[in-house]
Amino acid sequence: MTIDSLPTAAPIAAASTGRRQARMDPAIMAETLRGETGVAAAGNMGLLPRLVAHFHALSGSLGGQVLTFTLTIAAALLASMPMIWIGGSDLWRTAGALFGGALGSGPAIAETLVQMVPLLIAGLAVAVAFHASLFNIGVEGQLVFGGLVAGIVGASLDLPPTLLMVVCILAGMAGGALFALIPALLKAYRGAHEVVTTIMMNFVAVAIYEYAVSPTGPFVAADQPSATERVPDGARLPIIWEGTRLHAGLPVALAAVIVVMWVLYRTPAGFRLRLMGANQGAARASGVSIARVTILAMLASGALAGLAGAVQVLGVFGRFYAAFSPGYGFDAIAVALLGALSPVGVIASAFFFAVLHAGSVPLQAVAGISREMVGVVSGLVVAFVAAQPAALRLLSALRRRYAGAAQQVGQADTEASK
Amino acid sequence: MSNLLTISLVISALHLALPILMPMLGGLISERSGVMNIGLEGMMLIGAFGAVLVTYFTGNPWLGIVGALVSGVFSGSLLALMTVTLRGDQVVASAAINLIGAGLTAALIPVIWNVDGLTPSVAKIPNIRVPFLADLPYVGRIFSSLGLVDYACLALVVLVWWVLFRTDAGLRIRACGESAESADAAGIPVVRTRFFAVVASGVFGALGGAYLSIVTLDMFQASMTQGRGFLALAAMVFGKWRVWPAALACIAFGFADAIALRTQILWRDIPHELLIALPYVLALLALATFVGRASGPAGVGKPFARA
Repeated sequence: MTIDSLPTAAPIAAASTGRRQARMDPAIMAETLRGETGVAAAGNMGLLPRLVAHFHALSGSLGGQVLTFTLTIAAALLASMPMIWIGGSDLWRTAGALFGGALGSGPAIAETLVQMVPLLIAGLAVAVAFHASLFNIGVEGQLVFGGLVAGIVGASLDLPPTLLMVVCILAGMAGGALFALIPALLKAYRGAHEVVTTIMMNFVAVAIYEYAVSPTGPFVAADQPSATERVPDGARLPIIWEGTRLHAGLPVALAAVIVVMWVLYRTPAGFRLRLMGANQGAARASGVSIARVTILAMLASGALAGLAGAVQVLGVFGRFYAAFSPGYGFDAIAVALLGALSPVGVIASAFFFAVLHAGSVPLQAVAGISREMVGVVSGLVVAFVAAQPAALRLLSALRRRYAGAAQQVGQADTEASK
Repeated sequence: MSNLLTISLVISALHLALPILMPMLGGLISERSGVMNIGLEGMMLIGAFGAVLVTYFTGNPWLGIVGALVSGVFSGSLLALMTVTLRGDQVVASAAINLIGAGLTAALIPVIWNVDGLTPSVAKIPNIRVPFLADLPYVGRIFSSLGLVDYACLALVVLVWWVLFRTDAGLRIRACGESAESADAAGIPVVRTRFFAVVASGVFGALGGAYLSIVTLDMFQASMTQGRGFLALAAMVFGKWRVWPAALACIAFGFADAIALRTQILWRDIPHELLIALPYVLALLALATFVGRASGPAGVGKPFARA
């Protein structure tokens, strides 16, 4: 409470208490219990205050989350508008190219879903770390390293196809987890900020795969530069939509969503993780080992990132390609934040970014807008997510102002009638 | 080894250290004022791009420096708006700067030059020699390879140290970083001070980017900063948020880079792909071993609003 607001706040509170005793509306009771002031007046105050009160009531509920999601996307797309005009295109042609290219036909939708799979799994990876209040910005490195391990294992082990597929996926997850382990240990025991260390690991990952598939590297394919040998066809993730590239990675990703939801919200480990993320002091005081939960959260996040890489290698390419990821791990930050870190929300935001990725090729061909705009839009989404608390505060402030104004009107009425 | 450790190694290490040194100063100012800035990489890219853009259209690389300054003020103000004015999450907001910086610069290249990924070459900053120093015996070669711009960069290190640790303004900035509430109680305008510090960090990041694009090279390339903004952050952590130790860490990174480059020329059978990771591996090793627990300013990451 600000010092200068003290003298005014007290009479408003008193006045509104009187008003509430006069009208024992259950909704107002609820508001009173939440410690809010002066809502009763908003009802007869015109459209804008009613909208403000309405939006405020929505925040926190499912409808509010959907609204936040939509508004954030709308704001990010609106802010990237100037690039359309700079690129010399117009709005309708751009929208047509983007949505036609991503959703216009069966194969286009399948391709969008193909793009969605790595974004969804990597988005989960970022979200799990965020739930523990850890910012894993190294998902990109964990993803490509997981993909590399899966590609090497798939090309060199001699196992029955189905078993090989499972081993590849597990190896990819282990690779991703290994890459997250180093920052996790540094964070848990040396206090090194995970943002700095995971980014360093991204560059280490690039150096390792460039070496592994360089012309003289140990794992480079005989017939293809900058790639590993092919994974046997039987060990690849099967195609689930004939005639398209859509592979069994989609059900794997959806299963990952369910597993993450279950672990986060239905197991003691998930509870400890979220407790540490919400309040580290409280977690420590209630006997949670901060070091252990930090390491477990980073391992889980890295394993998911490695899964995204392995699924991409086994599902789309059938071998590891250098630079097979166009920055999925960085877009995953935007995916997780836009999805408000909820596993279900991440599905929706991964779909949005998949539309952008899938539509970016026709966008470049038809509207002349660079594919790099996907990065700009995801940056803007992250920026608007960062600004969300400010928007909510603005909403509360507006609401208080309208409520205060209504109180003054009400008081004036009372005085006039005396 | 005698081929490796030569004066020219020292020279190339210094040249490689300067584009890490500049964003390190930016990060230091910002974090000392209480705003965590992991967006230096994006700020460097925007600055490098601004420098090339202005140089391309005016033909004058000195105006390119002005272009870098303007773009630094732009990216710094953007981050300050999100973190200081709107009190958004500092890590998330600066991650947004990185994504926007990398995406926007790459997306604008084809719009302006009709090519992908790489701009045409532009005029470079001329290497103006400082006459007297180059005549010194033995160390003269080091001095003669440094141009006016390099000395200006080194002077900026001294300037930042002097302002932060020897002036009232610096004391105010550091007070905001240690405890915004106490600073506020002492009458320091916390929001304004932090805003200024974050804008300054954008300017220093942009200068580091411009050093790469119009001093070292003569063009802009998508993602040309190669993680130097993050190395700068690591150097700041190694230096425990102090100017001179952090500057030494930057020079150590410069040496790691220079050694990686020279080994690649001298011993061809060592895989150079792995050597490129040398500075990053050294940074991780340093964090794991001799650098003590991180101890940044107490108020970093905490948004401030007058109660």
